[in-house]
Amino acid sequence: MRIRPSEITPEPVYRSRREFLAGIAGLGAAAAFAQPTSAEQVINVTLIERLQYQHNARYSTTEAANSLADITGYNNFYEFGTGKDDPARNAGSLRPRPWSVVVDGECEGKGRYTLEDLMKPHALEERIYRLRCVEAWSMVIPWVGFPLGDLVKRLKPTSRAKFVEFTTLMDPKQMPGQRSDVLDWPYVEALRMDEAMNPLAILAVGLYGKVLPNQNGAPLRLVVPWKYGFKNIKSIVRIRFTESMPATTWALSAPREYGFYANVNPEVDHPRWSQKRERRIGSDSFLSRQPTVKFNGYAADVASLYSGMDLARNF
Amino acid sequence: MLKMNANLATRWIAKPLVFLLCLLPAGWLLAGLADLTGFAHWPAATLGANPVEKIQDTLGIWGLRLLLATLAVTPVREVLGWPRLLLFRRMLGLYAFFYISMHFLFYLFVDQSLDWRELLKDIVKRPYITVGFTALLLLTPLAVTSTKRAMRRMGRRWQRLHRLIYPAAILGCTHFYWQVKADIREPLIYVLVLAVLLGWRLYRHRRKASRGRAEQDARHYQQSARAGLPVEPLPE
Repeated sequence: MRIRPSEITPEPVYRSRREFLAGIAGLGAAAAFAQPTSAEQVINVTLIERLQYQHNARYSTTEAANSLADITGYNNFYEFGTGKDDPARNAGSLRPRPWSVVVDGECEGKGRYTLEDLMKPHALEERIYRLRCVEAWSMVIPWVGFPLGDLVKRLKPTSRAKFVEFTTLMDPKQMPGQRSDVLDWPYVEALRMDEAMNPLAILAVGLYGKVLPNQNGAPLRLVVPWKYGFKNIKSIVRIRFTESMPATTWALSAPREYGFYANVNPEVDHPRWSQKRERRIGSDSFLSRQPTVKFNGYAADVASLYSGMDLARNF
Repeated sequence: MLKMNANLATRWIAKPLVFLLCLLPAGWLLAGLADLTGFAHWPAATLGANPVEKIQDTLGIWGLRLLLATLAVTPVREVLGWPRLLLFRRMLGLYAFFYISMHFLFYLFVDQSLDWRELLKDIVKRPYITVGFTALLLLTPLAVTSTKRAMRRMGRRWQRLHRLIYPAAILGCTHFYWQVKADIREPLIYVLVLAVLLGWRLYRHRRKASRGRAEQDARHYQQSARAGLPVEPLPE
């Protein structure tokens, strides 16, 4: 059968239709859930949709969490600009609903999943994790998400699958930072299979009990708290199981400076700055740096993944 | 009379104005600090989630901007024919030194919490800190000899010494370029501006040199002709 050119919906038309539909969906959600408390109205972001979750104390730190203003106002998300306050300013153009994730590669669960289908079987948990950026600052963030390992099991990787690769949305219209080739877009990150199965690795869909704000990687992002922040890929649209180690964005951009593993490690300096200490954002002692702990303090849970490995070489 | 008025206007109006303008970034940081410490409420001057980084970056970038502004005085003055611009050069240079030394002192006392061992390691191990620190070292004697008295006493040596601003500016731009992670667009702008400012000087120097050479040649040919000697070109 031949399709005449006139039968194909031109891009601007279907785009505007989609935007219209997404707008309606958004309005409905906003009307149903918009009851910000007075505390939330003070800060410039209002998290609208509340999530159902259980707090997971086993995997949560008791350290004081950063304010929502810090967590949503100081971000590295180059898809929206390279300044720390760019994401908060520019991420409004991202449309996180409707959202779907393509699963492919070495697994049985190949296909396109809507975000709802992807999340449905998994109970959400709150995990208060430390986040250590490779730039030597850190925060404490109350994520809401589900264990990545549970999803991986559900997707039934084949025996050939050795790595899980994640890809961020590629759409310069929604992500204006992608118009300049600061990095090789789309952003790609990956984990070794045993890292992905570690119970600390989660896919986050929220923070502070509510749906993720755009600048924090809405609607679905990876959180691996024993690794530097850049491993925590945001706004994921693709999950692929591979046999060989995927090329990841920062490691491609500056292979001497960023490795595949990117485990937090005070003993291995970044070539341009020391990793021995970190500045905790928003703390009372923000003037001084605190010592960085190996694996960001999660050694008891993850150190065994790397036994026998030279972490200075596999940085 | 008109000329006198223009000089007075420069001295009593334009100079104080530029003086205050150069203080603005420092004033903004002070307002931010006041807001941060709860001393006053100026949310517009917020230093954000990482005040230490914000202060450090602001001091550094204004140091570099004013250093380039200092280097722009001579070219702009000659190209646009504004001789009085020279009256601003020392002030701009001293402000550049002020911001750059504050940038360093802030790094030393706050960012490194005066940890001398870490500091020395940083200066030796991190190339971008090595070049930044070297730039500050090069600028220090220039600030010290910026008085009229030093200028008079040193004569030609003053001019030669103050050419240290060229390597200092190159190192300053390198310092900026080397410390960004991936987005080199902003430091590239500074590198380009510096290239234009230094390129203009190189061009002018060459032209002066070649004009001097042409005059020399002409004089030589004239003298040769007058003396009735065979006309041979001067050795290169």
